[in-house]
Amino acid sequence: MMILSGDPPRSRVLSILLVAIIAALAVAPLLFPGAKAMNVATKICIFAALVASYDLLLGYTGSVSFAHTMFYGIGSYGIAIALYSMGPTWTAVATGLALALPLAALLALGIGLFSLRVEAIFFAMITLAVASAFLVLASQLSWLTGGEDGRSFQLPELLRPGTILIPKDWFGFAINGRTLTYYIVFAACAAMILGLLRVVNSPFGRVLQAIRENRFRAEALGYRTVFHLTYANCLAALVAASAGALNALWLRYAGPDTSLSFSIMLDILLMVVIGGMGTMYGAIVGAAIFILAQNYLQALMSVASEAAANAGLPLLPGLLHPDRWLLWLGLLFIASVYFFPTGIVGRLRAGRIKPSGSVH
Amino acid sequence: MTDLAATDPLPKPKRDFLPALLPVILALAMLPLIGSGSSWVTLTVASLAMGMMIFIMASGLTLVFGLMDVLNFGHGAFIAVGAYIATLVLLPLAGSVQADSLLVNLAVLAPAALLAMAVSGALGLVVERVLILPVYGQHLKQILMTTGGLIVAEQALYALWGPQIIPLPLPSSLRGSFIIGDVAIAKYRLLAMLVGLVVFLAIQLVLNRTKIGLLIRAGVENREMVEALGYRIRQLFLGVFMVGSALAGFGGIMWALYREQVHASMGNDLTVLIFIVVIIGGLGSIGGCFIGALLVAMVANYGGFLVPKLALVSNILLMVAVLMWRPRGLYAVTSR
Repeated sequence: MMILSGDPPRSRVLSILLVAIIAALAVAPLLFPGAKAMNVATKICIFAALVASYDLLLGYTGSVSFAHTMFYGIGSYGIAIALYSMGPTWTAVATGLALALPLAALLALGIGLFSLRVEAIFFAMITLAVASAFLVLASQLSWLTGGEDGRSFQLPELLRPGTILIPKDWFGFAINGRTLTYYIVFAACAAMILGLLRVVNSPFGRVLQAIRENRFRAEALGYRTVFHLTYANCLAALVAASAGALNALWLRYAGPDTSLSFSIMLDILLMVVIGGMGTMYGAIVGAAIFILAQNYLQALMSVASEAAANAGLPLLPGLLHPDRWLLWLGLLFIASVYFFPTGIVGRLRAGRIKPSGSVH
Repeated sequence: MTDLAATDPLPKPKRDFLPALLPVILALAMLPLIGSGSSWVTLTVASLAMGMMIFIMASGLTLVFGLMDVLNFGHGAFIAVGAYIATLVLLPLAGSVQADSLLVNLAVLAPAALLAMAVSGALGLVVERVLILPVYGQHLKQILMTTGGLIVAEQALYALWGPQIIPLPLPSSLRGSFIIGDVAIAKYRLLAMLVGLVVFLAIQLVLNRTKIGLLIRAGVENREMVEALGYRIRQLFLGVFMVGSALAGFGGIMWALYREQVHASMGNDLTVLIFIVVIIGGLGSIGGCFIGALLVAMVANYGGFLVPKLALVSNILLMVAVLMWRPRGLYAVTSR
């Protein structure tokens, strides 16, 4: 229980689900070596960490931030710009991280000090505005960021797909640079999620929950709520930037669409809420379900859409078009906020313990 | 010691004119920087027109927040819906839109605007009943629900109209500009200014001079008391929400004609701009929203002319500056 920080899944179904997801991710490159399956597995890892860091804000402190992709983007661009301009070396990776992480933390500090101090609702709007300004900056400063095209770069020798670390005839599985990159991503994301689990179950995490439930009362108890909120904000930003860096390493590319766009922000929001706000485990479940749906539901929808078109039904083919999958997830999202605000994880846990009050 | 007799009039709240002067001060300060008088007039008219349109779109959001304490992140959806509904009238009747008579043009524009307002208002009714009614008083859930609503609305527009951008040309009599001396003033901008001013005055009059306005303001102050007096405040607030949605739909057409195109993501794009305006003005304040919209438009237009690179983030800089000065916006609504 130490590694889970005294906060086990507390539901048999949830435990099985989590073990299944994590086991599948752990063996994914060996069992499903195809490019698409690998991409899906990596995306699940990265988004699980990203969503977990967002959950620290949304689920535990109850503050809605729309600037999370900004930090994600800072991590991505940090790696991309460093590797692009310094060449494919480990020094460049280190430099990228050394520049991006402090920048993300500093920006989070700025936003936190500036807007957490004012009205709570301002925070959501202000983060939205700052994030959109950042997106504009990233696509306009093309000498630095490559503009709309983004930056492609080479990875250090060790991480390239061509580098064979363990040939196939040893174990029956080929371990190449790509596999190694996957396991770096997997390990880093697992470490970040465990770290976040530790944070939310520490006394600090309890204060965050107290602030969520009643900020005024927490303040009256003597906690400096602005300090706690800003600290949580910086922590979430650091994890998000790290996730962004991992994403850039995997894609060997960073651009506005893959790391900064508003639609990623919406994806994160959907994953947190569907998985379960304020549970941390919800991030893993939410990210897995969402990304699997994103990649495999569309095929199903295209079949349904064609069937509807062949049956001559009006409107339905358009609504079932594979590009409209977000419509259905949006509806699921609304239903989820309304009917089970603690998401899948909260729902699964509800049988065991009393729901700890809805998140306001 | 002062004696107050029962018959003395209540002390009037102090009027705060400083924010209202800001746009004027800004415009005058820009005159020497821009240098040429004719460019300044053109830019100022452009700013005012753009500001009025933004105000029409943002006013609903700030009304709904101020009166009902509902934070609607899906407000942009009403804007896009309004614009799309307008194309239902304007595109089939393109012949009348391109006719050379102002009367014929307006005869098409007016029903298009009315239909768009009716549809976005009706959509407001549905949204309030389905999405917002269950989450009154819970800001976090309001944000989540309405953001979900925005996603669904945008996707539904894509499903119904397809992903392409729909061009929406201006009526021919509103094209071009009046030339006075060496100053060119676009006709459509003049119209937008006029309409925006009318909407602003109408909202102010209704809120401050009618019984409904009195009830709304009273309901904001003390809901239980107004209910105890026998008024159905729920219906009143629902009406306010519908009016706010209809205004957004109306602003949507005006913006679509201004940009001469309609796209499902326009609601999403404008949301940020509208939020900045509402924050600058002070959440819930109509006057602040009006001034905020003008300031945002001025900074965008003057900034775009003077320092094009800076203009991209000028809105954020403006917001930061205003919030440094007044952390709750220009006119903070004091009731909460």
